[in-house]
Amino acid sequence: MKKSELSDPFDQARSEHGFGEMNDQDDPVVMILGHKDVRKCAHNWKTFQSGATPGRIVVPSEVNIRDTRQIPFELDPPAHGAYRSLMEAWFRRPNAADYEQSLRRQIQDMVDEVLERNQFDVVSEFALPIQSQALTLLLNIPFKEAETWISWGTHVFRSEETALDADKANILYDYIDEQIDQAIAQPGDDLYSMLLASEIQGKKLTKEEVKGVMILTFAGGRDTVINSITNTVAYLADHPASLERLRQEPHITRQAVEELVRYFSPLTHMGRVVTEDTAVCEHAIKADSRISLCWAAANRDPRVFDHPNEVILDRKINPHVGFGFSHHKCLGAPHARQILNILLSILAESLDLIEIVDHKEKIEQWGEFDRKVGFDRLEVRFRARS
Amino acid sequence: MAKITFIDADQNPIIAEGQSGSLMELAIKYKVNGIYADCGGVCSCATCHIHLPPEGMSLVGKASEMENDLLEFQEKRTEYSRLSCQIELSEDLDGMTVRVAYG
Repeated sequence: MKKSELSDPFDQARSEHGFGEMNDQDDPVVMILGHKDVRKCAHNWKTFQSGATPGRIVVPSEVNIRDTRQIPFELDPPAHGAYRSLMEAWFRRPNAADYEQSLRRQIQDMVDEVLERNQFDVVSEFALPIQSQALTLLLNIPFKEAETWISWGTHVFRSEETALDADKANILYDYIDEQIDQAIAQPGDDLYSMLLASEIQGKKLTKEEVKGVMILTFAGGRDTVINSITNTVAYLADHPASLERLRQEPHITRQAVEELVRYFSPLTHMGRVVTEDTAVCEHAIKADSRISLCWAAANRDPRVFDHPNEVILDRKINPHVGFGFSHHKCLGAPHARQILNILLSILAESLDLIEIVDHKEKIEQWGEFDRKVGFDRLEVRFRARS
Repeated sequence: MAKITFIDADQNPIIAEGQSGSLMELAIKYKVNGIYADCGGVCSCATCHIHLPPEGMSLVGKASEMENDLLEFQEKRTEYSRLSCQIELSEDLDGMTVRVAYG
């Protein structure tokens, strides 16, 4: 088995039942696995709500470590739409030419830097710095702020020992409180200030609401982006022909990004709280229980994707749900796509070969399913193009 | 060469001309407001949703099953809905006016 391979642990359950079950801190979750069912449930916000107790739609549940509602993620329509539309334009800035140029410069510098070393750990010395530096662009704040975030390490919420670590989470929450206070004292042209100046129906956003947006922006785009970058490097190490192909056919790069996001599915699933007794896949689901929309399982559904377990770089029709689906689809997706797009193009232009020296897989456990989502450590050597 | 008029999200007409590629690519080239094409044209995001004129439906042909399945979830879906990434530009489309539906 190649080191970059991410198998599909949901195959049997998806085809036999369409769902799986897991316990999570005595608040069990029915995991919805089929592509069609996942999209239908994601769209049906009346029965499968996001605006439940803050933290409850996350799996593992963060109810015991967080009171702040993440916005717009933990809201339902119509309130959700009002908040989301405030932010849409800001989160589409990554598509602008100057943003792309700045991001390209950051990633090129990072690639040049690691090329000087004999070998390095992709997770901590490449993916984490790239993710953190890129976030300064998304927030529109000075580049040096990335140093603080890099110093937090790869686990903001999740420590090595336990899945949920309130102390670690508090580092982020306290930091965001401070940043909001600073932006109130000295407004600038950063995301904090933009949010603080925004109004919904004539009412300014509260500090708590701004905090809710910022927690989401930090947390939602950290492990997911780090895993995507690391998995991309592992994939290219295992498939030197793909590196060559991306160099020869740069026009397929955007399709390649979508395909890698489908294959990696950096966020395995996301929960919803059930508002009424209902059924999915002929399985009765009670009001006030939880389901999860398993993006990773949907993205390998053979009823939708030919050869679902293969990476087909130029897959033409690719209705993946790697960034979620419907109202709550990932607000940070343009930023994430731009990072991967630029990363693929720079690696293809700069490298001949990537060699994996050592690695430790990152395996998540969801009830009966063990899913590899990336790496805790990936030691590699980059060989520059001669 | 085909000339297409996009009525953008602000109801402004944008006149675009092109020879090949998809309608979505043409809209992106002309920076039509309301066409984002987040997924780059692989039928995953529906941010290139447009409404065709009734007479345009037979010219562009039917949506595939995959496209239809995605359109089903779009709030602004009508019988004239299509994803512009799935429509190839051709001279047959010359003079057509389409409306941005997304957003």
